[in-house]
Amino acid sequence: MPLSNKHLLGLQGVSKEDINLILDTAKTFREVLERPIKKVPTLQGKTIVNLFYESSTRTRISFELAEKRLSADTVNFAVSTSSVNKGESLKDTIRNIEAMKIDMVVIRHSAAGTPLYLTKVCDASIINAGDGIHEHPTQALLDMYSIRERAGKLKGLKICIVGDIAHSRVALSNVFGLITMGAKVSVCGPATMIPRRIDELGVNVIHDIDEAIQENDILNVLRIQLERKAGANFPSLREYATYFGITQDRLERNRKDILILHPGPINRGIEISSEVADGSDQIILTQVTNGVAVRMAVLYLLGTQN
Amino acid sequence: MHIKSKIADKVTLDRIITRIAHEILERNKGPENLVLIGMRTRGEFLAKRIFNKIKQIDNVELPFGILDVTLYRDDFRTSLKQPEVSVSDITFDISKKDIILIDDVLYTGRTVRAALNALMDFGRPSSIQLFILVDRGHRELPIRADYVGKNIPTSHNEEIKVKMEEIDGEDAIYLIELNDQQ
Repeated sequence: MPLSNKHLLGLQGVSKEDINLILDTAKTFREVLERPIKKVPTLQGKTIVNLFYESSTRTRISFELAEKRLSADTVNFAVSTSSVNKGESLKDTIRNIEAMKIDMVVIRHSAAGTPLYLTKVCDASIINAGDGIHEHPTQALLDMYSIRERAGKLKGLKICIVGDIAHSRVALSNVFGLITMGAKVSVCGPATMIPRRIDELGVNVIHDIDEAIQENDILNVLRIQLERKAGANFPSLREYATYFGITQDRLERNRKDILILHPGPINRGIEISSEVADGSDQIILTQVTNGVAVRMAVLYLLGTQN
Repeated sequence: MHIKSKIADKVTLDRIITRIAHEILERNKGPENLVLIGMRTRGEFLAKRIFNKIKQIDNVELPFGILDVTLYRDDFRTSLKQPEVSVSDITFDISKKDIILIDDVLYTGRTVRAALNALMDFGRPSSIQLFILVDRGHRELPIRADYVGKNIPTSHNEEIKVKMEEIDGEDAIYLIELNDQQ
């Protein structure tokens, strides 16, 4: 059964069947990652360009490893060393790269909608690796994979996304995906960071972190994105940490075994304390491993379509 | 598409398994270094039968694994529908082992080629031997089976269907005639 779309631009409008197919396929690749030789020849002869207009460690390395482990040829593009500095437009850049015969493009850009734009100016399969404050579908897929692996299901689970919801592409992709899969989704953060009308997506809004801990099975704690001027939305980082930071004290006070996810990179001591982040029961590093498997699944499903 | 003939039933299938189990033990001078790897889907159940038979004969439980070769197939670019992948389950080290690789039908040999490549990614076995329930001919690669349940010469317009109780509700081998249009 193939995916119903040639691109992965976001999780909005992606069907339950497609999400399940990606998550099930990822399980296969999770097994490949446990082998002595972590490589399969499936995408031999396919060429994938990683177009990163914004900095990234995890996502870029994760995609690159996923591509290499599927035996695809990969080309990395970093804005700082490219002709973008000479004023070349995105359209010209992609047209030129496409003229070199490529099959897929993984794009990260600070402007929302860039991946969609690329689908209109070139023929390759486009995978969104984060576009501005819009979506980051592979991150949400790996979050869902990690939750499903741990809890055995997604349907009916109560999951709260904590932090700067308004400026988070991870939050939006998670909301779309989780609601499609039948989870009960809530968001928690300072009022300035909760987008207006988010309840229209079927999301419950909580402003008190203790209440969020008590009422949910899983917290997905987002990074405070200092590069997106998150500081303008609350008085100080210390105040944010006091009111919304996840600490061991706070968890114990609510007497709750709760699964905590974090998409990384972590601002230690701000949205989450080191003690909790490194705690034995958390799956933050497992998420990173799963990320490679989930991206392999997406690349496989899109790359072998006819 | 219609059934041309039933080539084997439950009793015949069981006799084949018994014979092959003995052949495997004879050729390898006992079960000491053997491991069984069944190829999804029906090879998995055939392997399980060999496992049980060898347990009956020699009272040993051989290491048992399942191999999915989808990711190693060579027809991604030519086939119209995308094959569904599933998980391989080999939890032991295959290095320096004598592997009995098991599948139901041997045809072009391309699936076995994929399986050999896949196995090499798990380790370096000291040998790989192939047990095939039905060899129907028409090889496209230089591959042959070490243990053959039945040799059934076929035409390209025919197909061999192996049915196994575990998933098909019956034990049987059928020769099927495909339609001319195909």
